[in-house]
Amino acid sequence: MKKNLLTMNKSTRSMLFTYILVIGSFIIIQLLRTFKDGGVGAVLEGQLIPICAYVTMALALNLVVGISGELSLGHAGFMSIGAFMGCAAAGALSGVIPSAPVRLAVAMLVGAALAGFFGFLIGIPVLRLNGDYLAIVTLAFGEIIKSLITNVYLGVDSKGFQFSFLTDKNTLGEGGMQLIKGPMGVMNTQRISSFVAGFVLVVITLVVIFNLVNSRTGRAIMAARDNRIAAESVGISVTKYKMIAFVTSAALAGTAGTLDGCSQTTFVATKFDFNTSILILVFVVLGGLGNMWGSVIAAAALTILPEALREFADYRMLVYAIVLILVMLATNNPTLWNWYARFQRKKAEDKGGAEQ
Amino acid sequence: MKKLFSLALALAMTMSLAACGGGSNSSASQSGAASSTGSVSSSTPSEASNAFKLGGTGPLTGGASIYGIAAQRGAQIAVDEINAEGGDIQFVLRYEDDVHDPEKAVNAYNALKEWGMQISLGSVTSQPGISTSALNYEDSIFALTPSASSPDVISGKDNVYQMCFSDPNQGLASAQYISEQNLGEKVFIIWKSDDNYSTGIKDKFVAEAEALGLNVVGNATFTTDTQTDFTVQLTQAKQAEADLLFLPIYYDAASLILTQANAMGYAPKFFGVDGMDGILTVEGFDTSLAEGVMLLTPFNADAEDEATQHFVKAYQDKYGETPIQFAADAYDCVYAYKQALETAGCTPDMSAADINAKLKETFPTITFTGLTGDGAGITWDATGAVSKSPKGMVIQNGVYVGMD
Repeated sequence: MKKNLLTMNKSTRSMLFTYILVIGSFIIIQLLRTFKDGGVGAVLEGQLIPICAYVTMALALNLVVGISGELSLGHAGFMSIGAFMGCAAAGALSGVIPSAPVRLAVAMLVGAALAGFFGFLIGIPVLRLNGDYLAIVTLAFGEIIKSLITNVYLGVDSKGFQFSFLTDKNTLGEGGMQLIKGPMGVMNTQRISSFVAGFVLVVITLVVIFNLVNSRTGRAIMAARDNRIAAESVGISVTKYKMIAFVTSAALAGTAGTLDGCSQTTFVATKFDFNTSILILVFVVLGGLGNMWGSVIAAAALTILPEALREFADYRMLVYAIVLILVMLATNNPTLWNWYARFQRKKAEDKGGAEQ
Repeated sequence: MKKLFSLALALAMTMSLAACGGGSNSSASQSGAASSTGSVSSSTPSEASNAFKLGGTGPLTGGASIYGIAAQRGAQIAVDEINAEGGDIQFVLRYEDDVHDPEKAVNAYNALKEWGMQISLGSVTSQPGISTSALNYEDSIFALTPSASSPDVISGKDNVYQMCFSDPNQGLASAQYISEQNLGEKVFIIWKSDDNYSTGIKDKFVAEAEALGLNVVGNATFTTDTQTDFTVQLTQAKQAEADLLFLPIYYDAASLILTQANAMGYAPKFFGVDGMDGILTVEGFDTSLAEGVMLLTPFNADAEDEATQHFVKAYQDKYGETPIQFAADAYDCVYAYKQALETAGCTPDMSAADINAKLKETFPTITFTGLTGDGAGITWDATGAVSKSPKGMVIQNGVYVGMD
């Protein structure tokens, strides 16, 4: 078994490690929450769902940036669509589906479908282009989504849905409910997200991404990333494969948005702004492009970090930035890398010697 | 690579831990690294076990920080006074920063919960107040917010009370005041459409203005993203020939509006509500521009009564500035808690839920006399809404002066 682990394909090993990491942390946290008095503490408890949402976001963005090699600066836009539409769906279905987990699952599917649809729409023109255009267009997309949702009023009553734009013209009947209230965003009556749901979402995301990456499609996506001309010359439709990666990523971002939105009492569209997109990109870059377990750790650590730094009071965000720079420097330091490579080699030699 | 990464993370964590010793000012707080590795023990109120743990969230940094800092200071003065007296009721106060963001407010609230908060001062501002009050209700921790004035903060939660009057009441009172005092012929409103507070006041103001026959000639909106340039809105107001601008918004945007109106040579009367309070302390703002600005607030720092003078003096001695109504509201909150806890017979060793149950019964029954509310008694109904009367203030020579 040990030999198997060593001789195993590098990508398989990394995949296995990711699953163990995610499932292991989940089991430890769940055990603590169940058996330990006080659980994992109120601060971490409150962060569990956001961590799951941001881990999913980081994984989804890593699919576009790391695997498909396109820079997207508008992933918060997809998250926003997922959050608003998913929460609207959850609100509208609250009378129809009494079970919260089922309702959340349906809401996530709605969020995923709509975010995926929008991903497809902007993918059509953009993925035909080379270079940095995707970055610019997705940046604009994120801003457009923010402005659009800020002006949407969506209500539901016994007669059906009512929609108005810019000003609130909805006339809701008895028992009606305003699902999206324009600039005031969503006001959830119930928070139906749970940590278990978040964990399931992260695992599903991992399964989707690993299966995609380790398939024929995935190899085509990576071929298109590494050398577009060579890929085209062997008959790979670059646009099609980039589109597959992009739409999958958008849909996953949508579900993460639903999870995050349904865990909050109230949120507004401006929450999903350019800064949020960049934050997610930071998770991906810090974790390593194309490195899924790196994204998981980076997203979890950086989501907790601002809260862990509460001690610094006013200097919190300053310290956060410094820590970020230090981590970036440390992970990209050639001296450290060489030292580590030597260390690895020595360990392998020792092992080799012992086995002979 | 795995190891290197964990090494780097560990380095970062250690640094934050090491720096904690010097930079931390709250002894009760957990260490940064400990809480991120999930090894936090359930915090028991070991230190100062003879005092009630009072916690609140507010914007101590960022755009609305004047409110949060004022509330924190006001509450701190009250706590210091009460503790110095040495009665049965003693408090430990802790404020956490929520940056006026509902999501961060939840984190701040959780930090307080982990600290062992028994009674809560809710949140200082409305939007975060909506999300923390939901948690207060779920966790059965009683909350009396100094200034989160949206009705959504208290609706449906029987253990969340307000010290400030609610947004609709401010709109109502403003319209009545403007109409009674004949302050303007043509009223124009600039409001912030993505803010619960602003929208609540504006809606009620417009409705009441119609009933009173006030001439509202138009309104213009802005959002968080666009609150740097008000030329368009001001031009609209100027073209509508408005002689009174009603600004149901926070001081940060209001200070820009005053500056830009001055720059374009437009000088109507300005009328604000409690969010306007604090405009004189904005850094880099020319306070002469605020000359003649009127606002409706429950607190008047130059009132003659002894309690107010005492508080204003204590605040000035300690912090070197005149307190705004947020400080007064928070000060009142702490004293209202003292009175209610005494009436209910609560002791610091009771759990948050027990205190919550007692206070829920007690608060609607007490009449509290504080700095705010024009000297008359302050009462609450069982929904958590307060009943007290607002005061009109005008800024003259750089200070707030009560209007008659």
